[in-house]
Amino acid sequence: MSKERIQISEDLYDIMPSDYQDLVKSATYGKEDRGWKDIGTSKELIEQHSLCAGCPESMAFRYILASLPNPEDTVMVGSTGCTSLVFPMVAVHNIHSLFGNQNAIASGLKRALSVRFPGRVKDVVVLAGDGATVDIGLDMTLQAWFRQEKFTTICFDNELYANTGGQESGLMQKGFVAKMAPVGKLFDKVRLPEIARESGCHYVVNCTVSKPSLVEKVIRNAVHIAREIGPTYLQLYTPCILEIGKNSMEGLQEMRDSEKPTERFAYKEYVSEPAKQLLAELAAKDKERKAAAKQLAGQASA
Amino acid sequence: MADIHSVIGTKNKKGQTYTDTWKMMNEAPRTPSFYTGSEVIKEALRRASCDVMIAYPITPQSEAAALIGELFAEGYIGDYFRGESEFAVMSQCAGAAFGGARVFTTTAGPGTMRAMENFPMWSGARLPIQMIVTCRGINSPLSIQPDTLEIAYLLNTGMLVWHAETAQDFFDWILKGYMVSEEPDVHLPLALCCDGFFVTHTKDVVNLTPADMCLPPYDPYRSPVPCMDMECPPVRMMRDPFVMKSNYISYATHASWQQEIWAAVERSRKHSIHWLNGLIDTENTDAEIMIVASGTAVSQGREAIRLLEDEGVRCGLVKVKTLRPWPEEEIREATKNAKHIFVPEFNVTGWLAKEIKATVPNHERVHAGPHVCGGMTMPPEIIVSEIKTALGMKTFSLAGRGS
Repeated sequence: MSKERIQISEDLYDIMPSDYQDLVKSATYGKEDRGWKDIGTSKELIEQHSLCAGCPESMAFRYILASLPNPEDTVMVGSTGCTSLVFPMVAVHNIHSLFGNQNAIASGLKRALSVRFPGRVKDVVVLAGDGATVDIGLDMTLQAWFRQEKFTTICFDNELYANTGGQESGLMQKGFVAKMAPVGKLFDKVRLPEIARESGCHYVVNCTVSKPSLVEKVIRNAVHIAREIGPTYLQLYTPCILEIGKNSMEGLQEMRDSEKPTERFAYKEYVSEPAKQLLAELAAKDKERKAAAKQLAGQASA
Repeated sequence: MADIHSVIGTKNKKGQTYTDTWKMMNEAPRTPSFYTGSEVIKEALRRASCDVMIAYPITPQSEAAALIGELFAEGYIGDYFRGESEFAVMSQCAGAAFGGARVFTTTAGPGTMRAMENFPMWSGARLPIQMIVTCRGINSPLSIQPDTLEIAYLLNTGMLVWHAETAQDFFDWILKGYMVSEEPDVHLPLALCCDGFFVTHTKDVVNLTPADMCLPPYDPYRSPVPCMDMECPPVRMMRDPFVMKSNYISYATHASWQQEIWAAVERSRKHSIHWLNGLIDTENTDAEIMIVASGTAVSQGREAIRLLEDEGVRCGLVKVKTLRPWPEEEIREATKNAKHIFVPEFNVTGWLAKEIKATVPNHERVHAGPHVCGGMTMPPEIIVSEIKTALGMKTFSLAGRGS
């Protein structure tokens, strides 16, 4: 989609919703170096959402949407859960269909877009909770990776079923007492990042969303690698402050505490050899572009 | 519209000419060919300008699904792969249709049941996917034999449901089905059902349209809902996500959308009549005894009529072609002279008889039977026997154990 497509006819301008006017005026579609720093100075691709006050998932959403390298040609796929309360407010085409089938939807979608738009970039990004990714949808999560489907899978890991009221999930820590785990969860947190690597993902990151710059980096890497090489997986800790008994302002600290080197969300990354090569190429191109821009700026001022 | 018309007469990469569908189906020369039902599905797909086909093995549709793979290898299909289960396949089909592709898949029996959660989602999302259902048993213990019980589960999904009798129906309806499904005022998925094995695994003479003609491509921008390809503005779909809200506006939104889906099923009626030459076919509607059937039970009914004629009993026939939209008026009209209406079926519950009882006045006229199931065949003699018994005529035991 070119940016021209979202322009408003002058005659209709005043009757368009203000958030759409803002999108046309100051969204960052097509901006090459868009990122988290645009937040506050441009129209974000997310409107008001109905998540709980202080929910780390809302931070994650804002950082991710600010960091997508190509939102004007990106389609997102969600699943059932708190994320499905947010997606209707997102200014990127997105699909909700059923619970747990997100990677199957994305497989069909990516292939359809490849058939319909040969030679054009159309990125597909899946964003779903841990119940959708690891429990009910695990089969389709893994099979998409086995088939080397070229899209990014993001899991918002809050270690339980938040939207249905705090039930045990596969990514919950062992021993945690929750609904449907009345004597504490009896088995370990599923090690999906390792499974992702073994299943053929070319880029796997396990981290929290406490640092927007880090979220930006991993999102850009994941989308670029998925576009060129094959499946990528990001597991992001977005704690459900409600269900772990925290207050609205405590989400950030909870993430910081959980990403300490010995904790379960200490930054972990796997990059396959072809992906490493691609990232090096992208970094070199980026450097070249910046140098050229600097030179141009120098010439202009001289 | 403009896009579609502009490609008529041009060639695709396989050298086939995009042809006006009405001309292709009704005016182009036909070549008689001796094919199995599975091969006929392949030949229809060769002419369907299909973008994405997703396959999964389950008897008795595996052969058709694999043959379409050959079409993909030859370059007739945009993309093709084997999914991991029917639930996943139907979601993959949804993804491809959300992305603006013309999508085709095939399934059967337990596969239909496993995938079931997808079907109301397909119709709710207005995805004009075509799914061939080669019906087989869904009971336990495991059965792979013909049995049409699964159709009953499809009737309330909001999909169009057609029931083919012969391989010829299949060939024509696959191609015509897309024309009905993809109308902007319909834009719903189609379950095109047939009786597994009886149609898929037997050979029949089928009149094929020329192989160098194909359907005009699907235009996703005629859809009544936006195509998810980021080629149109990503407008905010709603102020509040009403998905899980408990308030009147939420209920009203969901209610009106459900009503709209069924209104779209109704609107498919005029297009189906146009393309299928009516929702039912009839013979001898002046007779006092009528057989109303769908699928291969129609063929058996036709044989029974011939046998009864030999004995001086005049009997008529209604072939129900579309189950959704349901030909209510047509069936009422066709059976208005009937004193007895017999509904032979290949399933244990008699879902078609129930539909007909709910449709015709004086429904005590409806005899729900004969039923066979679990893979049993339906010799025309048992239809004859059912009719003669109901009429108080003498009949002999078919089981051979004496009377």
